[in-house]
Amino acid sequence: MHPARSIIIFTTLSGLGFGMLVFLGLGMPRVTGGTAFAFFAIAYLLAVGGLLASTLHLGHPERALKAFSQWRSSWLSREGCLAVATLLVMALYGAALVFAGTRIAPLGWLGAALSLGTVYATSMIYAQLKTVPRWNHWTTPALFIGYALTGGSLLCGQISLAVPFLVVLGAAQLAVWQMGDKRFAHSGTTMATATQLGGIGAVRAFEPPHTGTNYLMTEMIHIVARRHVGPLRIIAFALMTILPWLLLFVLPFHHLLAALAVLSHLAGVLVSRWLFFAEAEHVVGLYYGKR
Amino acid sequence: MTTLPNQTEKKLGLVIDLDICVGCHACVTACKGWNTENYGAPLADKDAYGAEPVGSFLNRIHSFEVQPETGPAQLIHFPKSCLHCEDAPCVTVCPTGASYKRTEDGIVLVNETDCIGCGLCAWACPYGAREMDPVEKVMKKCTLCVDRIYNDNLPEEDRQPACVRTCPSNARHFGDLGDPGSDVSKLVAARGGVDLMPEQGTKPVNQYLPPRPKDEEIDVLAPFLAPVTEDPKGFLGWLGKTLERLG
Amino acid sequence: MTQQPQIDTSPHVSDEVRKTTCYMCACRCGINVHMKDGPDGKRQAAYIEGNRDHPVNRGVLCAKGSAGIMQVNAPSRLRAPMKRTGPRGSGTFEEISWDEAYDIAASWLKPLRETAPEKLAFFTGRDQSQSFTSYWAQAFGTPNYAAHGGFCSVNMAAAGIYTMGGAFWEFGQPDWERTKLFMLFGVAEDHDSNPIKMGLGRLKARGARVIGVNPIRTGYNAVADNWVGITPGTDGLFILSLIHCLLKAGKVDLDYLARYTNAACLVNEDPASPEFGLILKDDDGRDLVWDRKEKRPRCFDKPDVTPDLSGSWRNAGYSHRTVFQHIAEKYLSDDFAPEAVAETCGIPAKRIHELAALIAHTAFEEAIEIDQPWTDFRGVKHDKMIGRPVSFHAMRGISAHSNGFQTCRALHLLQILLGSVEVPGGFRFKPPYPKPATIHPKPHYGVKPGQPLDGPHLGFVHGPDDLALKDDGTPARIDKAFSWDNPMSAHGLMHMVISNAHAGDPYKIDTLFLYMANMAWNSSMNTAGTMKMLTDTDESGEYVIPRIIYSDAYSSEMVAYADLILPDTTYLERHDCISLLDRPISEAEAAADAIRWPVVEPDRNVKGFQSALCDLGAKLGLPGFVNDDGSQKYADYGDYIQSHERKPGIGPLAGFRGAGGTKGGRGDPNPDQIKAYIDNGGFWLSHIPQEAQFFKPWNMAYQNWAVDLGLFDKPSPYIFSLWSEPMRRFQLAAEGHGDRQPPEHLRQRIRDTMDPLPIWYPPFEDTLVDTAEYPIHALTQRPMAMYHSWGSQNAWLRQIHGRNPLYVPTRIWQENGFTDGDWGKLTSAHGTITVPVAHMAALNENTVWTWNAIGKRKGAWALDKDAPEATRGFLLNHLIHELLPPKGDGLRWSNSDPITGQAAWFDLRVKIERVAAPAEAQPAFPPIKSPVPKAPANVTQKVRQ
Ligand SMILES: Nc1nc2c(c(=O)[nH]1)N[C@H]1C(S)=C(S)[C@@H](COP(=O)(O)OP(=O)(O)OC[C@H]3O[C@@H](n4cnc5c(=O)[nH]c(N)nc54)[C@H](O)[C@@H]3O)O[C@H]1N2
Ligand SMILES: Nc1nc2c(c(=O)[nH]1)N[C@H]1C(S)=C(S)[C@@H](COP(=O)(O)OP(=O)(O)OC[C@H]3O[C@@H](n4cnc5c(=O)[nH]c(N)nc54)[C@H](O)[C@@H]3O)O[C@H]1N2
Ligand code: SF4
Ligand code: SF4
Ligand code: SF4
Ligand code: SF4
Ligand code: SF4
Ligand SMILES: [Mo]
Repeated sequence: MHPARSIIIFTTLSGLGFGMLVFLGLGMPRVTGGTAFAFFAIAYLLAVGGLLASTLHLGHPERALKAFSQWRSSWLSREGCLAVATLLVMALYGAALVFAGTRIAPLGWLGAALSLGTVYATSMIYAQLKTVPRWNHWTTPALFIGYALTGGSLLCGQISLAVPFLVVLGAAQLAVWQMGDKRFAHSGTTMATATQLGGIGAVRAFEPPHTGTNYLMTEMIHIVARRHVGPLRIIAFALMTILPWLLLFVLPFHHLLAALAVLSHLAGVLVSRWLFFAEAEHVVGLYYGKR
Repeated sequence: MTTLPNQTEKKLGLVIDLDICVGCHACVTACKGWNTENYGAPLADKDAYGAEPVGSFLNRIHSFEVQPETGPAQLIHFPKSCLHCEDAPCVTVCPTGASYKRTEDGIVLVNETDCIGCGLCAWACPYGAREMDPVEKVMKKCTLCVDRIYNDNLPEEDRQPACVRTCPSNARHFGDLGDPGSDVSKLVAARGGVDLMPEQGTKPVNQYLPPRPKDEEIDVLAPFLAPVTEDPKGFLGWLGKTLERLG
Repeated sequence: MTQQPQIDTSPHVSDEVRKTTCYMCACRCGINVHMKDGPDGKRQAAYIEGNRDHPVNRGVLCAKGSAGIMQVNAPSRLRAPMKRTGPRGSGTFEEISWDEAYDIAASWLKPLRETAPEKLAFFTGRDQSQSFTSYWAQAFGTPNYAAHGGFCSVNMAAAGIYTMGGAFWEFGQPDWERTKLFMLFGVAEDHDSNPIKMGLGRLKARGARVIGVNPIRTGYNAVADNWVGITPGTDGLFILSLIHCLLKAGKVDLDYLARYTNAACLVNEDPASPEFGLILKDDDGRDLVWDRKEKRPRCFDKPDVTPDLSGSWRNAGYSHRTVFQHIAEKYLSDDFAPEAVAETCGIPAKRIHELAALIAHTAFEEAIEIDQPWTDFRGVKHDKMIGRPVSFHAMRGISAHSNGFQTCRALHLLQILLGSVEVPGGFRFKPPYPKPATIHPKPHYGVKPGQPLDGPHLGFVHGPDDLALKDDGTPARIDKAFSWDNPMSAHGLMHMVISNAHAGDPYKIDTLFLYMANMAWNSSMNTAGTMKMLTDTDESGEYVIPRIIYSDAYSSEMVAYADLILPDTTYLERHDCISLLDRPISEAEAAADAIRWPVVEPDRNVKGFQSALCDLGAKLGLPGFVNDDGSQKYADYGDYIQSHERKPGIGPLAGFRGAGGTKGGRGDPNPDQIKAYIDNGGFWLSHIPQEAQFFKPWNMAYQNWAVDLGLFDKPSPYIFSLWSEPMRRFQLAAEGHGDRQPPEHLRQRIRDTMDPLPIWYPPFEDTLVDTAEYPIHALTQRPMAMYHSWGSQNAWLRQIHGRNPLYVPTRIWQENGFTDGDWGKLTSAHGTITVPVAHMAALNENTVWTWNAIGKRKGAWALDKDAPEATRGFLLNHLIHELLPPKGDGLRWSNSDPITGQAAWFDLRVKIERVAAPAEAQPAFPPIKSPVPKAPANVTQKVRQ
């Protein structure tokens, strides 16, 4: 799939933002007043910034409001609704913390749940797609939630949680890469099922319907991007798990190091998210003899 | 509108005969011509005369080479447009309700004024049947010529999709695949029509008729010719006798 | 469920439908142009669909036809007459008025006409107004006129006409309704584009078998039930081998051969006789057959004659034997046994045996009968029509070779031996065919300054006496048509004009006047050489070809090489007639013709070329173009179409003649004729009576109908020429008989190639290049969605074919270690190109190919200079020379069929090598300056939102 910048930024930032909101909702850390404001501001910047970035991807952003209407069936719509609900609930909850210094715990729990729900909904936009076998698996939401929790815990300074999260996330990501690599082959969709010509013999794409490119090819077929996958996986892995873990766990604690760990993690997530898209192959590529 | 109807009154769709499609692309430009001038925004072409022209088309012709175990490779031209799936994933993913499946005939359409151009429906379609218009930025797809098939301003015989009407080799057929008695259903039954990517669970309405077997031995039909004679003299003898018989 | 949107399923379709004829190619389909009033209130063409009533396409359209809207709106359309201001080839022009354009043209042409009319060479491309353009050239008085047939398919056309009085092409068709076995030789698309597709669809629906004989398995050959991936240039041998098998098994239609062909005619057998090899004639010069009942030679058309295929006769000391005996003797030879030809043809012997058996089985065991009595030209009454349901079609794959004429003849011989021509289930002619070769005109070349030519330029020769030679024996025509080089060149040799004019061989010309032919690019061999010849100067700095006038509608590559441009309209903006005098739209069941008319008004200062010729003809005072008082005769082409009479009562259009438009065929001019055509959907049709539907060359009902319609002046039945006397006459001359003798250097070739019975010889290039060094055959095919060079300016079509890879078969692909995205260097004896390659398995293992005419010159067609057509697209033409490689005799022979002069595009031999990808396809030429403004970036074509 085309690793569109807006979508990478959207999923990464909003994942982090809603991840933070999970922890804030659970009162980790327990902050009030100005500190609370700072935490909430960062969380909202990430969450809302991500959402705004996603509208850059739209052909008609001016009609974006319509996207809230189909929550009954559409994960994209659900994600929008949940995000708004989360932001509203957490705004109330945050306002109480910042201005009244009180923590309305049930509201925080609700907000945390909604935040997780939002991240889940985001992930389901991808995981629901049978057309992209690499994504079409429960590990996609698991990983998205893992990213949100890890990033959120880091940003919320929950080092004791972050360190195990980093380990688990790292292991999970490795496993997902491993499993994901085989999933297209296991999906059962092949050139033979796509064309139903397999009964005659081995099928090969001959001439494409058009000699130039088209929307489908630019959107769904990214052979070039995938050429760099090997090294990028190492970079992503190092940046998002190993380096933060070293900085936080192996080296003596320092705020600067913690900040570096967060930035490193963020960078790693961006790379892995780029890979999430670039490595994903859409079945339509079969019609073009490319994936 | 994003939920799918439980059932549609008809299942209108196309039947595409891979045995006779010569890959002429006639259906491609007829479709482009009709749909540019009719339903929704025109099908635009970006950089139309430039280095990388990209236009939206609702129907495209692929071609595949198939290598049987014995015998020469075969080439198959393969038209592809929206299959108007019964379980259309493109519809259920749509956040705005712009994509919908009509209850009366099962046609899957995009209501362009509601479309935000998010592209998710195109991602959800396994067949590559949806293309974002490069200029208008709304999702485009085959309308099954919904503005032809019921159009009172067209003569009865023309109330069929533009691509079907134009196909010179008659490789495209239109009708109600929900009605087992329709011509198209009978054709599908007779020729063993198939779904594309059945494992995707989309239950496409459009059906593909597989190519008939090619390069079959012909000597079964007509055994080698027996010579009337082995030498030219003998041939003249045969000729004389035969002419006698002809009178 | 929420409510589903309400949509208008019955929108207004258009404000008006105008019916005319497509011209996105030469197939001439009927179209309905839907007109809508735009926002400015102007009525515009909005949508084009096929006309259901039209005999050619019955409602369907091809990809090009439906994309016509984008042609009519193309930014490449020329806008006004232009005169060249920069050097030739640069593309710098100044727009001028029509008056100035005519003044310039007249100032060049008038002096020529008065002194040496042959110094004007007027050649036209694939237009459909040859009866008009030749009329103009005749009035001018130059012998140097032809259309493009010589580089196109004259082998097919001429072989058909000489052998059976009509050709495939668009002049005949298989009996789609009844045929059970259809064999297609060397066709990718053809002129009959839609009818062939429709026909194939019908065959498939009926379960009839289709066999494709073609090195490449795409398109029609891809849907064929069986594919014969023949080695290029060997079809003749393959066909003669089928004939061998059929003869050997006695599977030929003896009755048909005896009645309807010259198989029973008596051939002079005596080498000493001046008539050696000619057919015995009566005192009136009519063919004699051996009568089996009366045991004597009798004229072939005697009512009670019983022609005997096995007869022989000694007369005046000379022995004679029937043509059929020659045929049997020749083809029963083991040289034609499947086992002997298999390797050359690349077809296993078993397969040839199988095919012969299948053909025989279908023709004779599955014969069909129609209960339709008819009477033949001998007065014999037949109570039914017997059909042999085997049919064939062929085109440039067999004709564009230097052995093409004989190969086409071989195919016709096969058809005729089966008795499958003009019978139910077989091949059928379309009016004005069938027509004996002898009633076609002969070539005329009698030049008198200030006078019209002494007759039509092109025609059919029947022996050395008919050649267009000057008194000194040198060619009278600039293209050397009808000379010993290629005696039966019925369509001229457009591909030799520029190179001959440049060489001054046979003489120099002054003005080259071209219409609708992209000679500086895809329609020439040796493209770079042609561009050089067009721009070459002599010692005095003058251009070697001093003046070039060109008419095009678009900014093609050729425009840059002209001095004066006459901008044409697009096909929706002008009058045209698709005439029975030319290439009409007839079907096997009916005679039909059609028009084009201005369904939209041009928005530029352009004029239909034919109308411009009416103006220019009048300005030059050409007879036929001025009234007695010297005033202009035809206001425009529309006027000519309606009021011109070729013969009394016969004009360009056969329909709606006479006062009130009630007459068909013959009748006085009708001033409302075009209107009547428009009201009738743009065409006119006259059905052939049921009784006259088959056996047309011999069917008196047909012959009488054709006379009534004006196709003939009197009934003209004839028998098919299996033995070609015209060819034998040339051969006889080459053997030393007669006083018109070929030049020595051509003698042997004429003896070898002009056999009166079909033969096969290897393509010339094979014998002149080292086939071990150049082991590969290189071909082109027409893409169904493109018409030569015109398609690339069409925003829709160019997305389908914006570049063209070279397709390489598996063996060569693997041997060279090619992978996807690679480039290859392709070298012929003449040149080298470096191009993208792609793998194809369904391909003859010694053949590479590409789509024709996709490659474009930078700066042409209003395309961006980085357009893929110009950077990755390429032409094979750079590898093909108009002359064959030297063979050491000091002469360069034309790369053409020795009989007709047909350009041998498909004889090309090459070698290939994997190379690093260059920045763009090679050779690359500098851009030409565009004479039209830059194209818009995006297109959102919609008349009314
Ligand atoms: N390698 C290779 N070369 C080939 C062939 C091949 O098979 N292989 N085929 C050969 C054959 S058979 C042919 S017929 C030739 C065809 O070659 P051309 O006859 O050169 O064909 P086009 O490219 O169509 O060029 C015709 C010109 O007519 C112009 N034109 C189009 N419409 C109009 C109009 O309405 N009015 C006027 N005045 N001009 C118009 C176009 O702009 C173009 O410049 O190519 C030959 N060249
Ligand atoms: N769409 C479209 N239609 C056209 C045209 C166009 O440009 N585009 N051009 C028109 C013109 S001018 C013409 S002349 C006609 C030509 O119509 P076609 O005769 O169909 O012309 P080509 O495309 O050159 O196809 C030649 C075919 O012959 C095959 N071939 C080559 N060599 C051999 C051989 O030795 N043996 C056999 N058996 N096959 C061989 C090639 O593989 C190819 O399939 O088409 C006309 N129609
Ligand atoms: S028009 Fe018909 S034959 Fe041509 S590509 Fe389309 S389906 Fe195939
Ligand atoms: S083919 Fe694709 S666009 Fe059409 S209904 Fe099925 S999933 Fe949707
Ligand atoms: S692109 Fe339009 S139709 Fe498709 S999912 Fe998005 S809003 Fe719906
Ligand atoms: S049915 Fe209509 S919209 Fe669909 S492919 Fe055919 S012409 Fe195009
Ligand atoms: S075959 Fe196509 S381009 Fe040619 S006349 Fe017919 S519709 Fe037009
Ligand atoms: Mo041609």
